[in-house]
Amino acid sequence: MHIPDGYLGPSTYLVMYGASAPFWIASFARLKKTLQSKAVPLLALGTAFIFIIMMFNVPIPGGTTGHAVGASLVTVLLGPWAATLATSLVLLIQALVFGDGGITAFGANCFTMAVIIPFSTWALFRLLAGRSSSRSYRVPIAGGFSAYIALNLGALGTAFLLGIQPLLYHTADGKALYAPYPLSVSLSAMGLEHLLIFGWVEAVVTTLALFFIQKYDPSLIALAKKE
Amino acid sequence: MKSFKPFAVALLILTVLAPLGIYLPEKLQAGDAWGEWSPEDLSQEIGYVPQGMEKLANTWQAPLADYSAGTLNPYLAYILSALLGVVLTGCLVFLLSKVISRRGH
Repeated sequence: MHIPDGYLGPSTYLVMYGASAPFWIASFARLKKTLQSKAVPLLALGTAFIFIIMMFNVPIPGGTTGHAVGASLVTVLLGPWAATLATSLVLLIQALVFGDGGITAFGANCFTMAVIIPFSTWALFRLLAGRSSSRSYRVPIAGGFSAYIALNLGALGTAFLLGIQPLLYHTADGKALYAPYPLSVSLSAMGLEHLLIFGWVEAVVTTLALFFIQKYDPSLIALAKKE
Repeated sequence: MKSFKPFAVALLILTVLAPLGIYLPEKLQAGDAWGEWSPEDLSQEIGYVPQGMEKLANTWQAPLADYSAGTLNPYLAYILSALLGVVLTGCLVFLLSKVISRRGH
């Protein structure tokens, strides 16, 4: 899901910077009001977790690789705005230092992984576990299910951006200028691998982590703040 | 609230295990993630490097591209990258939180 430089044309990547910018600004404004100093170590650990979990490439034998994102876990612990900030920071370091995801594509990658994933996780998680206690078994289950759906939505977003490139930019003789595969190919390739494999990786990682964190200290679950 | 020490330990364990993220794909002959191919690999599939891609692909030369470091053993480089990434992202969050809370109060 880390779109490299060269796969998105200028109008697409500029629009995607524009789409992510309000979320960066709002997450700053929001955290200024709500981030408690005692939550800062958890946010730092969560951000580092997002970085490290993305290094675990999961292979489809003879096929492609993919990985969990970890943003759903941070969402369930600290809410979507903290997850937007944490994931965006990780994507920034990945792009600048490790060349994982492009500089021009940074806005697009933030939108799919740091906006779509946290906010879809949060909406689903609230729906499924919103009224449960932070100690309820529903927390890890709902968290994992939300993470599965959210990762798939993020992947669909990436596939959509890649798939519209040949429609938007091509030479007179029909050659692609940027990402070359049409929507039908990108949606089915990325959709299937995330539905069948990588979504489950994200779900298992999120559920297991929530299970242990909840056992250790249920007050760390975001729902706890409303109790 | 209890100590965060077990989480830090878990992160450290993940850091040491990170090379699995390149060992297993290699062992099972899995390639790049979909849509993340190098322009050269892509051109082998479609027969050409898209013109716009050629111009944009080298927008930025990352110092530790692909979590590797020159001739250093790739697994060792991967662990060191993991460690650097954890420290960098963790520190950035601390700095940002300071900025955020200073503005807030």
